[in-house]
Amino acid sequence: MNLVRAEGLRKDYQVGETVVPAIRGVDFAIASGSFVCFVGPSGSGKTTLLNMIGCLDRPSGGRLSVLDTQVEQLDRRRAAAFRGEHIGFVFQDFNLIPVLTAYENVEYPLIMVQKWSAPARRERVRSLLAAAGIAEQADKRPDQLSGGQKQRVAVARALVTNPKLVLADEPTANLDHETAYRIIDLMRRLRDEFGTSFVFSTHDPKIMGEAEVTFELEDGRLHQGGEGVAA
Amino acid sequence: MIDILKIAARNLLRYKRRTLLTALLITVGLVAVLLFIAVAGSFKSMMVAQFTDSMVGHLQVHRRGYVGAMESLPVDRNMRPRMLVKLYETLDAADGIEAWSPRVKLMAMFSNFANTTSIRLNGIDPQRELATVPLVANRVLEGGQLTPLVERGKIQVPELIAKGMKVSVGDTVVLVATNKKGSVNGMTFLVQGILESISGPGGRDGYIHIDDARKLLRIDDEEVEAEVLARHGYVTLAPEPAEPDALKRRDSLKASDPLKAEDPLRSDDPVKPAPRSSDPADEELDLDAMLAGIVPGPPERAGHLSETRALFTDRGWGSPAEVSEIAIRLKRPETQETVLAALESQVADLKNRRGLSIFQLHPWERFVPFSKIAKMIDMMTLFIRIILISVVLISIMNVLVMAVYERIREIGTMSAIGTQPGAVLALFLSEGFLLGLVGTLVGIVISLGAVWVLNSVTLTFSFGRQENLVLVPTIAAGDVVTTALLTILVAVFASLQPAWKASRMDPITALRHV
Repeated sequence: MNLVRAEGLRKDYQVGETVVPAIRGVDFAIASGSFVCFVGPSGSGKTTLLNMIGCLDRPSGGRLSVLDTQVEQLDRRRAAAFRGEHIGFVFQDFNLIPVLTAYENVEYPLIMVQKWSAPARRERVRSLLAAAGIAEQADKRPDQLSGGQKQRVAVARALVTNPKLVLADEPTANLDHETAYRIIDLMRRLRDEFGTSFVFSTHDPKIMGEAEVTFELEDGRLHQGGEGVAA
Repeated sequence: MIDILKIAARNLLRYKRRTLLTALLITVGLVAVLLFIAVAGSFKSMMVAQFTDSMVGHLQVHRRGYVGAMESLPVDRNMRPRMLVKLYETLDAADGIEAWSPRVKLMAMFSNFANTTSIRLNGIDPQRELATVPLVANRVLEGGQLTPLVERGKIQVPELIAKGMKVSVGDTVVLVATNKKGSVNGMTFLVQGILESISGPGGRDGYIHIDDARKLLRIDDEEVEAEVLARHGYVTLAPEPAEPDALKRRDSLKASDPLKAEDPLRSDDPVKPAPRSSDPADEELDLDAMLAGIVPGPPERAGHLSETRALFTDRGWGSPAEVSEIAIRLKRPETQETVLAALESQVADLKNRRGLSIFQLHPWERFVPFSKIAKMIDMMTLFIRIILISVVLISIMNVLVMAVYERIREIGTMSAIGTQPGAVLALFLSEGFLLGLVGTLVGIVISLGAVWVLNSVTLTFSFGRQENLVLVPTIAAGDVVTTALLTILVAVFASLQPAWKASRMDPITALRHV
């Protein structure tokens, strides 16, 4: 079963009077439960593609289906609801809320998005923090955590709502090599544990090798014509 | 919503400096407003009480047309007993009225046998006057005798006249007055006391007993209609006569159509009688008509004067004679508008020829120039409130705009993980609400404390000739609640724009923000 399917997917940006194509009609499919990587140099369209898969941005053309939902048909509110229900995000800069502790950051989506009860929240957050290996850092704020610990918190936060798909845009870009590997390893382990599909982007060829399926992007086009390269 | 409030509270606690600064601004503004309301309000209440409790009363009743000519204290526009019965009954029965006092006001010449000056006088019933304007007792500078405020044959002389005429307590003076028929009368009075002059209407008037005032003006007692006396059990009416009792019809307060009220007994007279007025207030004695035998003489012709006197005495209304004004003291001054309206409606059926009520009821503001200052104080309070609103509005808006700007990435993250725009809006509104709430609560505590301190140290001030008036600042619960609610409401309103901006933010743009 395909989790994500794109057909002739395009994204153009208007810069002044010029239309700049970011994604030039790509076709691809991502199977459920897979561990997928989009690679490519800066400006190749990785982030744009992930934003469209994550319903943060709408395609300019073509079709994009995520969990059998046509992304281009979602309005702002429905897109937000869809993200809250099915998609988790991990960002390059971690994007943790600075005034909240690690625990509170992970708990945040359960309060603001999915309205869990307090006891259920507590149990879920603790299990995620433990799974991400940062249970002992639960009461620390982001500025008291290392880069790797922050990203672990971000991964835990992405998984806390039990999404079908986690999108990670350059999750290792701000980490040293060893930490980057640990984060990728964590993501893969959590995929195995929770059955959640992970799609991440990177421009690091070594990290790329950790993915099960790799799509290579250049100038908004896929190299393999939409057939990912299996590891 | 509780969770969002908790998160908002947590956010405010974590952004300590910003929260403290904003809450402080709100607190300072609120304290300033509440203290201003307390001090200005107590100044106003005190000054108003000076006027209402020492001279004017809360309400006054006059015969229509009297107030317009009040400056000259006309003696030909007094209320007459036949009008007064209904009014007195109404005043006695009214719930909100604590006391009322009839007055006969007049202008007289005041002589110490060497010099003469003019004087404005109030003829009063001492007991009723003290009950209606209790602070008048505080104005007696010399003499010391407050009960009764003024005895028959004595006068309370206003301070300025006493000084100017070199009159002391125990001296004999002469008062000369002209009555409504142009007759001049003089009486000697013993000076009972010297009365402090104060600002405002009547503040430089002398006081004599109401019976003395009537004697000076040669105002006689008058009888009221037999029907009124019968209603109160003082006379028994004969069975309905075959011919209408022309005399009684003429005396009726409610002779509705003046054209039909001609005397039927004299319908064959060659000289037609003048149409009877439907307005008892217009029923002045027409001496020429009386001499010509066209109209009957004074009301006592009906022979019920003794019963009328009995009615008035039994009811504690004094003599059945003319009255210039009635001052009314209310149990609760704040009910002034309601009581005024109720009284007006209850005596509205007594009308003059033009269909207007015989009586005119006015609140104290009509007679006291200070009421304009009181209105200015109210206006200033309003402006201070507007300034507070502006301070709160601008400070909260400024802080929340900055908060939104500083937290753009946070807002982007919130949106990305699926937070609905409404929840983002609610979060920022909650922060504004809590800022307003905290600032307000602290402000109320500080304000109440400051009022307590102000009451601990005695604040005095002077107003006109009055010195060492002690200010007692108080804040009404209503003012606290209104100001607090207004502040919180404005805080929420101020956070609306930044909150809206945050909720409408494009997540991608927000996530890219550096």
